[in-house]
Amino acid sequence: MAEQASENTSLPNGPAAAALLAGGMGAAVLGIVTTLSEASAGFASAMRWSAAVGPLSGKVGVTLILYLLSWVILHFSWRNKNVRFNQVATIAFILLAIGLLGTFPPIFGLFAPE
Amino acid sequence: MEITSREVWTFIHGMGFGAVFLLAFAGGLVELYSMRPEWMTAEGMRTRVNRMKAGLWIMAGTVWLTVITGTFIVYPWYRAAPPEGTTDLSIFPRSLLLSQPNTAGWHTFGMEWKEHVGWLAPIAATVVAAIVSYYGPEISRRMGERRAVAIFFIIAFLAAAAAGAFGAFITKAAAVR
Repeated sequence: MAEQASENTSLPNGPAAAALLAGGMGAAVLGIVTTLSEASAGFASAMRWSAAVGPLSGKVGVTLILYLLSWVILHFSWRNKNVRFNQVATIAFILLAIGLLGTFPPIFGLFAPE
Repeated sequence: MEITSREVWTFIHGMGFGAVFLLAFAGGLVELYSMRPEWMTAEGMRTRVNRMKAGLWIMAGTVWLTVITGTFIVYPWYRAAPPEGTTDLSIFPRSLLLSQPNTAGWHTFGMEWKEHVGWLAPIAATVVAAIVSYYGPEISRRMGERRAVAIFFIIAFLAAAAAGAFGAFITKAAAVR
């Protein structure tokens, strides 16, 4: 995805694209772990990092770890590069949509065991 | 007149941090929309971007504090299980809501949505603050980036608004006391 930018601007767009894509990835991870937690009692139990908070503690914990990790990795990979921002943004929006759908009860409820 | 510490924390979570983010959104969106080089001088742009950076990071910070206080301070009181044989469920909101078919939906839909979707708001708000801070005044010349930032900003608001609205409805049906 890395290439020369066509715009005549001074800053490379890589760091901005990294922040955007990492945000999409963080959202998608939350949607996926929320749905997995609904689908599997074992997974939900593994997400119970705090007894008081329950599985939500692990779901947000995993989300934050992967969000920050992906941001750091993408940032250092793209910090001096120009990338195709529109392509990255499209992927980020799709990931964000996965996050929105995966956290919506009528959607993740579809994966609950009978 | 009396207020418990739980009610104070619920207030800080919703009416403090949460409301600040929601109220600031309109201003942030207008600032973002009006960031066009043809609409202002270079000096005006620098001043506005500095103000915007500060505002966006404050918004991101408040929405992080909203979900952290909500999840790790208020939510455990909401979901606490009543001891065996408890008949008065008034201090166990989740159990109180689930005890009646006509209120169970506030938990099975409302709380289940709120507790998850709310966490999308700080992630999206951080993306917005980071990108605007990175580009500074140059963001005004970056149409694609500005559009992407605006979409993330609107999603952050909608996620926080959904979580906030259900928080208010649920508190009305079964308050944390």
